Amino acid sequence: MAGYFEPAEGGGAAIALDEVEVSILRSLMAQLLELIGPGDGPADRPQRPEGGGSVEEELAGIEAVSWPPYAEGPSEPPADPVLARLFPDAYGPGPGERGGGGEGGAAEEARAKEERAASAEFRRYTENDLRARKREDGLAVVRALDSLTPGERGAVLTLGPQESQHWLGALNDLRLALGTRLEVSEDDDELYALPDSDERKPLVMAYLWLGGLQETLIETLTP
Amino acid sequence: MEVPEPDVPWVTVVHNDPVNLMSYVTYVFQAYFGYSKEKAKKLMLDVHHKGRAIVSSGTREEMERDVQAMHSYGLWATLTQDR
Repeated sequence: MAGYFEPAEGGGAAIALDEVEVSILRSLMAQLLELIGPGDGPADRPQRPEGGGSVEEELAGIEAVSWPPYAEGPSEPPADPVLARLFPDAYGPGPGERGGGGEGGAAEEARAKEERAASAEFRRYTENDLRARKREDGLAVVRALDSLTPGERGAVLTLGPQESQHWLGALNDLRLALGTRLEVSEDDDELYALPDSDERKPLVMAYLWLGGLQETLIETLTP
Repeated sequence: MEVPEPDVPWVTVVHNDPVNLMSYVTYVFQAYFGYSKEKAKKLMLDVHHKGRAIVSSGTREEMERDVQAMHSYGLWATLTQDR
């Protein structure tokens, strides 16, 4: 079955990808890597004020590990919704649960303030590491795709156990990114039945395909 | 104002989200916590149906580690004192 993972002989996972699939996956992953950026400030702070530059330069810059290893991370959550989803607060009630409790008034306010302070501190000490890890996952995917011989129809990519883990993380991050942009919710019949004319259609198709990729990759990891 | 008891355990809570695959959430609970497939699946279903589930408990430091790990897997997790 082209376009989905299968268990590889002797462990790992294998997938046959055509040129279009390689190109879509690489492009989406490169965009996510640019968004995550190198770890020298809040994830959504513009990294290169001069602008411009190719994806290749961007990736080279990201690979160069350009941040001081002991630098503190940001304390505020990212403003971009995708980055806010990838780097959430560690303390607090979670999505859509604020204000539902019976504490009320001053007590709840004090608790919220405490949680914000704890989240900020946690973020300072962990976000850079988290970003580095997500970057490594994404770069592993880009490198694997670039190792395929171009022009071949249905080139087969084989991933070892370590690479499979990178791919699993990167595919999930990518689905979180697209899902956030598309504002996916629990029962999304409308999103999955869009007319071809809808500008969200290509992204929805990619989102669904990535779901299949991730699902079949998980199957190779759980015998 | 309420002062948290030092010996009240902390817990890691995983929240439901519409993107993460059920098979992925189950896989993460097995791979990271070492839970059996049955336990991992039950917790995943709790997250899915109840909106959230407590997946581990311990000291504050331990729960910060677990939350950080859940974030690195892309799961939406928070820690809180179980009071």
